This record gives sequence, C-alpha cells and structure tokens, in this order.
Amino acid sequence: MFATILFFAFSTVLLLAALGVILARNPVHSVLLLVLCFFNSAVIWLLLDAEFLGIVLVLVYVGAVMVLFLFVVMMLDINIEELRKGLAGYWPVAVAVAGFVAFAIVNIVIVRHLGGAALRMAPPLPAGYSNTHDLGVALFTRYAYPAELAAVILLVASVAAIVLTLRHRPGAKPQNVSQQVRVRAADRVRLVKMPSEKRQ
Amino acid sequence: MWTWEPLRQWLAGLITSYWADPALTAVQILMVMIGLILVMAFYTLAERKVIGWMQSRRGPNRVNLFWVPGLGQPFADVVKLLFKEILIPADANKVLFRVAPFLTLVPALAIWAVIPFAPQRVFANVDAGLLYILAMTSLGVYGVILAGWAANSKYAFLGAMRSAAQIVAYEIAMGFAMVGVLMAAGSLNIGKIIAAQHGGFLSWNWFWLFPLLVVYYISGVAETNRAPFDVAEGESEIVAGFHVDYSGMAFALFFIAEYVNMILISALTVIFFFGGWLSPLDGYLPASSWLAAPSFFWFGLKTLVPMFGFLWLRATFPRYRYDQIMRLGWKALIPVTLVWLFVEGVLLYFHLGPWKGHP
Repeated sequence: MFATILFFAFSTVLLLAALGVILARNPVHSVLLLVLCFFNSAVIWLLLDAEFLGIVLVLVYVGAVMVLFLFVVMMLDINIEELRKGLAGYWPVAVAVAGFVAFAIVNIVIVRHLGGAALRMAPPLPAGYSNTHDLGVALFTRYAYPAELAAVILLVASVAAIVLTLRHRPGAKPQNVSQQVRVRAADRVRLVKMPSEKRQ
Repeated sequence: MWTWEPLRQWLAGLITSYWADPALTAVQILMVMIGLILVMAFYTLAERKVIGWMQSRRGPNRVNLFWVPGLGQPFADVVKLLFKEILIPADANKVLFRVAPFLTLVPALAIWAVIPFAPQRVFANVDAGLLYILAMTSLGVYGVILAGWAANSKYAFLGAMRSAAQIVAYEIAMGFAMVGVLMAAGSLNIGKIIAAQHGGFLSWNWFWLFPLLVVYYISGVAETNRAPFDVAEGESEIVAGFHVDYSGMAFALFFIAEYVNMILISALTVIFFFGGWLSPLDGYLPASSWLAAPSFFWFGLKTLVPMFGFLWLRATFPRYRYDQIMRLGWKALIPVTLVWLFVEGVLLYFHLGPWKGHP
C-alpha cells in the first residue's frame, strides 16, 4: 500500500518533469527537469528492488552525462523564438513517431514479455538476494559479448568525436613534460665563481 | 547479507516517518550536523592559523574565546556573514541563483548518512554505500555549475566551466581508486570495507594499495576545488570564480560545503586506506586496552591527518595551470589506477600478499 502511494507520487512528478522538459522555454531549465526525471526514475527502480540500477542511474546519468549536457547547453546561444517558428508544421510527424515508439514499448514489454505482470508490483525477492551480484554474473557470463560490443561501439564513437573536432593549431607550444622532468639545474643555471671585491 | 533494505527505508524515511523512532534519529542527525559544522568552523580557523605559521605570520589573533587569542574568529566570521545583505544581480536567473548554494551543500551533508563513525554507529548501513558515496559526490557539481551560470557573469561562468570539466575528469580516477578498495574488501558496504582491514596498521589498505591512496587523495583535493587545483576560484584570473556574485550567507553556504567536503574526503581516505575506526595498535597492545579497541577516537584522530594535508598542500604549492590539471587527471592518474587495478587483480586471483588465506 505504502509502496503504491510512493509509486504514484514519484510517477506523477516524473511525468510532470518530463512534460516540463519539452515545454520549458529555457534549455537550461529543460536539462534540470530532465535531471529531476532521472531522479524519479531512480526512485521507481528502488521501489522495484532494482537498487543497483537506481543508484547507477543517478551516478552515471545525473552525475556525469547530464553535467556534460548542461555544460554544452549553457554554452549554446539558442534563439528559441527562431526555433519555434517552424515547429507547428512538424506536429503530425512528431505525433506519429511518438505513437509508434509508445506502441513498440507497450508491445514488447507488456504483451510479448511480461503479460499482465508488468501492471502489478514486483513479487518480493528472497532474503539474501543481491541485485549487484546477479547483474554482475549476467553481464560477465551470458551477456559478456553484447556488453563488450557496446563498449567497443562507445569507444569508436568517442574516438570519432575526437578525430572530428581535433585541430592541430600551428604555432601552439604545448609542454613536453618528460623533457621538463629531465632538466637538471646545470642545463639552466651556470654558477660563476667570482672573488669578492675589495672595499673601495 | 546483501540486503538493500536500509537504503530503501532511509529513502522512504525522507518522505514519511518510516523509522522505528524518528524523533531519536532526527536528534542524532541534528547532533552530527551540528558537530560537523563546528568542526568545519574551527577547521577554517586552523587553516588560517596553520598557513600563517607556515608563512611566519601569526594568523587571526584578535577575537578571544576562553582567553585564547583567535579562538573566537569563526564565530565572528559567522556573525559578520549573517548580517551582510545577500545581493542578487539584476540579470541573474533568480530561482537558480538562490537554489544553487543548497544544491552544493545538501549532497555534501547527505553523504554522512553512510559514514560509520564507530563500529555500528552509522545512520544507514547500506550495502551499496560506496556507490551511494560516488553518486552523491557527483551531485555537488550541479551547485557549482548553476551558481556560475545563474549569476550571468563571465567570471562566474568561466569558473563554473572549469570546475565542471575538472570534477568530471577527476571523478573517474577517484572511482577507479574506489574500485581497488572494493576489490580488496569484496564488498560495497563501508562497514565491511573497514572490517576487512582489521589487524594493526600494516594490514590496512594503504600498504598494498599505495598508488591508489595517492591517486584518491589527489583526486579528492581536485574534487573539492582546493589549492593547488583551485582554478575554479582562481583569484588572480577570474576573481573568485563561480561564487563571485554571492555575498553574505549565500556565499557562506558554498564555503561550508567546501570545508565539509574536505572533511568528508579526509574521512573517506581514512575509511578506505587507513582502517576507519580500527586501532593502529591492534595486535601490539593487550586486547583489553582501550587503545587497541576500535573506536571513534581513532577515526577522529586519523581523519585529522589528511585534513592537515589539505592545509599543507595549500600553503606549499602554486596553482596548477588548467591544461596541466587536465593532463594530470587523464594522462597520469587514470593510467596509474588502471595498472594498479591489474596488479591487484593478479594478486587477488593467485591469493598473494594480504589475500593469502582468501577463498
């Protein structure tokens, strides 16, 4: 009962925040509302006993990904009015795409895989059950290749992004740290022996 | 064993009174918070005094408390800050400008929920304590970024950008150092991480995980934006960085959060590498002696050492240049952790070193 109340409370906030993400006029506000969305999803995962996923969602998405999002959005100079002008013409396409995605999710999650189970609360887990342990075992045995494939794709993507944006500026003077470390005092300073002069 | 119930209860407790005795817990939390703020207040005094002595000055010595010159300085500072007006720039984003200091302070204080001060003395004995700590420390950066952006000032914005890039970079090295610790303990639970280091001071993690200790402490200094990594404040270039437009208590919240985070990093260094509340003399003294028993005394005493290190670093080193900070984080610290994780993995796999008897 208590869990149900919590679920509806957090789901409501989640949906309102998600609406806010697309309705907010200020892109920075949108990003912050998205952070709120992630928090609420994390809490819903906690309610479903998927604690590891819940904390990792906060750790990875809120802690790292959204920070970089915020970073980029703050530096963009977006003219909202300009963007809004063309928006009205696109709404049939948007509705179609959104409808298709919603249909696909419902079809796969509820109809094909879980049946009616998705609409009920998760059954209580046995004592001593470890979310982290089970996820780890699944990732490193059954899903080892998909996980590594995903990692390689991410690596390729990041290398590609670096290659696309890397510019070698002529005339730049980066330090050569190994050279700096190898420098000895004798290379830089010459100590000259000199007799002190007599008082005039 | 692996129950997540305490975390759920703790989260639920934030919304309704889910605890057996909410009033008692509330009083305990309040006591810890007040203690923490007091330690933080005297830490600021210690900083000014210690750096003063290192630079052959006297440090603050005007405000007397109990006839000790300078001891009342923190309280004088608080009174001064309380009575200053909180200015809000005309073009600032008013809501975010007000919210940002809280977003910095709240995660800094929330982490203390999983820190055990002595055996069984912890608010939430969470099994994913380490993950919770990582998640919470990574939230602190929001306050800094939003403060810099909401003020609508170029200096503040530059400070926020620097801070964001720096914290994201050093979080990775810090996370890897923590992975080494959890490999050594075989658990994410903070209490178990400490218990796994039992036995005198040579069986603590610092000996076998020394490279990780160095990486962790350096990343900790960088995460808290302290000298020599304080480019986010960089007085000589961008005045005071992200909090340049804050005054009075709004500024003080950032200040408190910074010092609470310093104390936290010190406490975590002790927990991960120096055996938390374990006694260094365990096994060297008769077991009946209170000096050999694990207690808050040892935890507090050990925490003071890295805390002093923060001040020492600040008095000693010049500020890093920004590209040097990035280079150190990505090209020096992360490879070191990766190599040592590999070494540790080999030791663990073949049951060598401190893991001789492990199953």
